[in-house]
Amino acid sequence: MPETTPRSTLEIGYGGSERLTMNMGPQHPSAHGVFRAILTLEGETVVGVDAVIGYLHRCHEKLGETLTYVQYPSIASKTDYVAAMTAELAYVSAVELVGKIDVPTRAQWLRVLVAELQRIASHLLWLGTWCMDMGGALGGGATVFLYCIREREAVLDLFESLTGARLLYGFHQPGGTRYDLPEDWAPRCRETLKVIEQRIGEYEAMLEDNAFFLVRTQGVGVISSELAQEVGVSGPLLRGSGVNHDLRRAAPYSSYEAFEFRIPVETAGDCYARYHVRMAEFRESIKIARQVLEGLPEGPISSRPGVKSVGQVRVPKGEGYARVEGARGEVGCYLVADGGAKPYRLKWRGASFSNLAVLPHILPGVKVADVVAIMGSVDPVFGEVDR
Amino acid sequence: MTLPPFAYHALVGFVVLNVVIGMVTYVTLLERKFAARMQSRIGPYYVGPHGLLQPIADAIKLMLKEDIVPNTADRWVYNLAPIVFLVPCVLIFATLPFAPGLGVADLNIGVLFFLAVSSLEIVGLFMGGWGSNNKYALLSAMRAVNQIISYDLPFVFAAFVPVLLAGSLQMSAIVAAQQGTWLVVVPKWFLFYPVIGQLAFVAFLVATLAAENRVPFDILEAESELVAGFRVEYSGMKFALIQLGEYAHMIGTSFLGALLFLGGWLGPGSELPLVGALWFLVKAMLVFLVVTWVRWSFVRIRVDQILAISWKLLLPASIVLLLATAFWVAARGGHGL
Repeated sequence: MPETTPRSTLEIGYGGSERLTMNMGPQHPSAHGVFRAILTLEGETVVGVDAVIGYLHRCHEKLGETLTYVQYPSIASKTDYVAAMTAELAYVSAVELVGKIDVPTRAQWLRVLVAELQRIASHLLWLGTWCMDMGGALGGGATVFLYCIREREAVLDLFESLTGARLLYGFHQPGGTRYDLPEDWAPRCRETLKVIEQRIGEYEAMLEDNAFFLVRTQGVGVISSELAQEVGVSGPLLRGSGVNHDLRRAAPYSSYEAFEFRIPVETAGDCYARYHVRMAEFRESIKIARQVLEGLPEGPISSRPGVKSVGQVRVPKGEGYARVEGARGEVGCYLVADGGAKPYRLKWRGASFSNLAVLPHILPGVKVADVVAIMGSVDPVFGEVDR
Repeated sequence: MTLPPFAYHALVGFVVLNVVIGMVTYVTLLERKFAARMQSRIGPYYVGPHGLLQPIADAIKLMLKEDIVPNTADRWVYNLAPIVFLVPCVLIFATLPFAPGLGVADLNIGVLFFLAVSSLEIVGLFMGGWGSNNKYALLSAMRAVNQIISYDLPFVFAAFVPVLLAGSLQMSAIVAAQQGTWLVVVPKWFLFYPVIGQLAFVAFLVATLAAENRVPFDILEAESELVAGFRVEYSGMKFALIQLGEYAHMIGTSFLGALLFLGGWLGPGSELPLVGALWFLVKAMLVFLVVTWVRWSFVRIRVDQILAISWKLLLPASIVLLLATAFWVAARGGHGL
């Protein structure tokens, strides 16, 4: 169906006269879900882009108003299904903030542990799919993809023995965590971290010594630090554009202030800089996870008794905004409580949603092949964009 | 009983055609197994012992698929394109001698025929892209024309270096020129010809990758941006014909590389035609595996970068190389060796 109403597109003139409108998505090999970009092309050059989202809208915020504080954390993980742990964490943090619920130190440390493991798993999936965007399923990209999936499996195995689930965990609950570490989990985790740390070096050797990879990423899709701050991107995109901002450092939550780690920042703002930031974050996450395993304090894992009924947690009237540093950036949750067992209003701030907003600013002027490379470097997860 | 020449050539042509098609199906299995090993997986395993019947199953599956013609396609162009694409890809085997006297026709301009015919595939390719009436296919076809024009010249120049050294365009004469050894152990293949041979082989390989539309030059397939490029609308047997043509072209070029640079069928026991053919096959598969190895380790480069590599680097370099070879041969009184 052709568009009947003119849509507002951001266009630059290129001097050509013959334009081609091409639909990229919502069903497309590199749409990373269901993203639709209506590209206006002159030859191979993109001169206009209209980004259409909303194909994966599942009424998540309304759902949050109909489910109790006990029920929703396992649904919250479905907003960003690639980094489910951090989405859960954002929600329970908001509940704890509004309800003034304490969290024992051990639970806070466990939350840090799973959040960092989740960051590793999420970045692994990003690296694989991004290389696939540039190399294709019938090329070198698929090789990196399969390597990355192999390592991600190891992390998911850890999550499986911790929570019983591999993708959507329900690990967090208001006041703490639902599960404690099983026996022999810590040594297995250490082993996995060791393997991943070694493999990260292998990927770097495979990609960074590869001239074709460099020409495809360096100087491509530059986001200036002004643009990044104006649009409101966060996470690795923001740090790849030279802004040193990480919520784990800027507004520590869940006792992040107790850990030693570096915030990787690159100034170039191109795809390669974003790649570099994420590769460095792998190592920092491994470092944090090791510190947790080293000094995990004893004690209860929750300040509340185990859940017996869905309406058990009640939050007094009030409102508040809690935010955490997810794998893709700032994941925030704004909660208005009216004293009952369900929130009165829930609002998500998805990192991917804000990051995706930068695309119309940087896509005009690039070649078609770079569109997928840039989109992959933004690392959107559409569950989080459309909610 | 001796057959009349026409019948003999027709018979050999029939045999070669079928051998090529059989080889194509099994080369896909070889590539999939090889790629699987590179990616630490097993590859096709369940159909037959170690997946040996997988290509047959694939062929049957493709034949049973529904043949879809898009409503808005240019029917004539769309339906003819796979055939126009396949014919030159198979025709290149016509002049390839697989062993002394074992081939359809050993033309005295064999290399020229090969190069000329192999670049004809672009016609079918563009027809497919245009006739599909699909924007992805059209973009891909435009890229294909760009790429073939840019890479045919370095491809031809690199292939002409051994021709100059051997002093003949006839394929059997080129192989004959590589007979013997240097310093007792090193075979006189043109790959081992000091400096010139190695440079020409590298240029040939790079141009081959582009001419075969393989990663990192597979911009016309580009499944992450153009979905499947010019064949996005094809299904069933028409898709199979395009695949067949592509792999036939790839194998043909691998054979050419083995013939020009690796001494063709020369090897211990190559006096027997079958042993010679086996040597030739092994060498061609080596070239093919190098191409595959590159395919599964590199990312794709962009169309403007591909053109830049060709016009700014590969083409001048191959011209200089060809000129240098010509001067060298002339200085030695017309003898390369």
